Order: sequence, then C-alpha cells, then structure tokens
Amino acid sequence: MNPLRKQRLYALIAVLIGSLLATWLVVSALSENMNLFYSPSEILGVDIDENVIIRAGGMVKQGSIEKSKDSLSVRFTVTDYQNELIINYEGILPDLFDENAGVVVRGNLKTDGTFKAIEVLAKHDENYMPPEVAKLIEVKE
Amino acid sequence: MIRVWNVTKRWFIEMGSPPLFYRWSSKITSWLGILAIIFLSVGLFWGLLIAPTDYKQGDVYRILYVHVPSAILGQSIFMFMAACGLINVVWRAKISGMMLKSAAPIGMSFTLIALVTGSVWGKPTWGTWWVWDARLTSTLILLFIYAALIGLYSSIEDKTKADRAVSILSIVGLAIIPVIKKSVDWWQTLHQPSTFTLTSSPSMSPEMYQPLLLCVIGFYLIFAFALTLNLRNEVIDRERSKNWVKQIFVN
Repeated sequence: MNPLRKQRLYALIAVLIGSLLATWLVVSALSENMNLFYSPSEILGVDIDENVIIRAGGMVKQGSIEKSKDSLSVRFTVTDYQNELIINYEGILPDLFDENAGVVVRGNLKTDGTFKAIEVLAKHDENYMPPEVAKLIEVKE
Repeated sequence: MIRVWNVTKRWFIEMGSPPLFYRWSSKITSWLGILAIIFLSVGLFWGLLIAPTDYKQGDVYRILYVHVPSAILGQSIFMFMAACGLINVVWRAKISGMMLKSAAPIGMSFTLIALVTGSVWGKPTWGTWWVWDARLTSTLILLFIYAALIGLYSSIEDKTKADRAVSILSIVGLAIIPVIKKSVDWWQTLHQPSTFTLTSSPSMSPEMYQPLLLCVIGFYLIFAFALTLNLRNEVIDRERSKNWVKQIFVN
C-alpha cells in the first residue's frame, strides 16, 4: 500500500476509534438512565416521592391477578424473583397481559408501598412456537 | 498465490470502472429483480399464510416477516455504506462514493419500515405505539443519521467533496450499530431480546424461521436490485460529459 493511502487509512481508523469512544462515554454516562423501568428490588427501600411518575417492571406473579367483578380495576403482583411489588390499576389491559409474563407499568409509588399504575404495557419474550409445541413443553414440565 | 491476488484485484478494480460497471450491470439488473420477487413472494406467502400461529401472540406475530428483514437491512446497509466510505477515502475509487450515495435512501427506507411495522406490532402486543426504550431510540437515531448523510450530501455542490464528507460521516455513524445490536442486552427494555444469536439455537420453531430466512434473502435481493438501478442512474448523471455516455445515448 502506498504511504499516502496508508496515512488516510490510519486517519480513518482514528476517526472510527474516536467515534466509538465518544459513543461508549455517552452510553456509560447514561447507563442507569437508559433502563426503561425499575425492578421491584430497585424500588424497595428507596424513598421516592408520591407524586413522581416512574416505571416499574418484572414478571406478573402466578395466581396474583385479582380482577374486580363490577369495574375495570385490577390488582396484581410484579416480581423479579427476589422482591415483589403490588400494583393497582384501573383500565384496559393489553392482550398479552398474563401470569408469568413480563409487564411494564407507569405510575406512582404510594406511601403504603403499593404502586398505582396509570398505564400497563405487556412485554413479550423472544420465543415463538406453534400452540401445539407450547402445549407439549407444558406437559413435559 | 500473489498472482491470483493481483488478478482478483485488477478484476475488482475494472468492475468498478463506471463504463464497465454500466455494461455488466445491465445484464444482471432484471435477474436481481426476478430473483427478489421469487424469494419475497414465496417467503411472504409461506410466512403470512402457511406458517403456524404463535402460542401467545396468535396471528399478529406474522408482521415480523416484514419487520425483522427490514430492521436487519437498515443496519447492514449502513455497514455496507461505511465500507464504501472506507474505500472512497483511502483508495478514492470513484464508484464507491456513488455507491454510498445510492444506498443511503434505500437504507433509510428500510429503517423507516422497521420503525413503522414495529410500531404497528407494538400496539396490539405491548399496548403502545411507541416507548422510549433503548432499542427503539437507538434505531430512531440510526434513521436520523441516514437523514443527516443524505442532507450533507445534497448540501455540497462539488460531488467529489460531497462523497468524501459523507464517507467520513458514515464511518463516524458506524458506532451506533453495536449500540442498536446490544441495546436489548445492556439495558432493561420493552423490546424483547434477540431470537437469533450466534451462541445458542434460535428460540423459534423451524417452520416459523424457514420462511423468515427466505424473506431476509428476498429483502437483500431487493436492496441489490434497487442499488443497481440507483447506481446506474448516478453513474450516467456524473459521467454525462464523458464520451462513453454520449456514445450510448447517441446511438
């Protein structure tokens, strides 16, 4: 490779490294703030003002969903398998909302430790399979 | 060995000379188009109508047969453009600059399609059109980088200088690609983690990912087809004062 081209190549590599470094600095400075939601363990024991709107997320605990018979209000527990958080919500739930499924809620933490949600979003996982296969796996387990 | 290398190198350089490229590309354009249509129609027909429904999402998951290939293309076209940028800056090959310029609007379109289909998919499954999580936000940034590239190119009168400027910007912008890729692993997001990874078997049934593979190949072929068409126009436009172009259009 002739010297001029080599020089340009090195300059370009320097540009790329600089850009990667800058991105890495931004990303590590943002690190915690880039998370969309807090897990129940992160919320527990932290003093958060009642009026601050935050997002919490985790798995809906099996058997914890209590739906009201005459209104849209629902109460369920979100867990990260270490700590739990009780969520109160009134409104329409997304189709994929279910026990043992991921969920992200937006709302505020009450002083009694329960969470008043104003929005419930369902997370879905990266697994795709036909219903018959899912049934087989369930039987096996 | 060195002989083979030199012959390949010369062949590669010759293929990239504008008049030669114009000649050989005329032969492959229609084939690329036909192949793209075959792969896409088989892949989409198979994916949308024959592949089984999902145990959890039902039929709505089928949008991934468009969403996933366009997201893949949006990112790989950017990497392709950065490679063109490298060649353009270091070796000053004329065609690489034209290639970068021709690929940009295609890559931007695929990124936009990925964002829109993702939004449409998000509403029934997550319950929202948009959320500012790491994966969605970083993909939106990629869209803006594409827009910046196209804007920068059109704001510089001198085409050679414009080529050089977007080449450097494409190298700078390359840093967003690993962030998009790893965003779902580094942070808690609403977007699900990758289904396909290099280290483990895919967490998707074969009867679902086989048509997806066809769709991905089909999307790559569409890109190759659209790129060739764009590039041929670009070559003619930039070389319009050259003799070989005049000969083509006079006869």
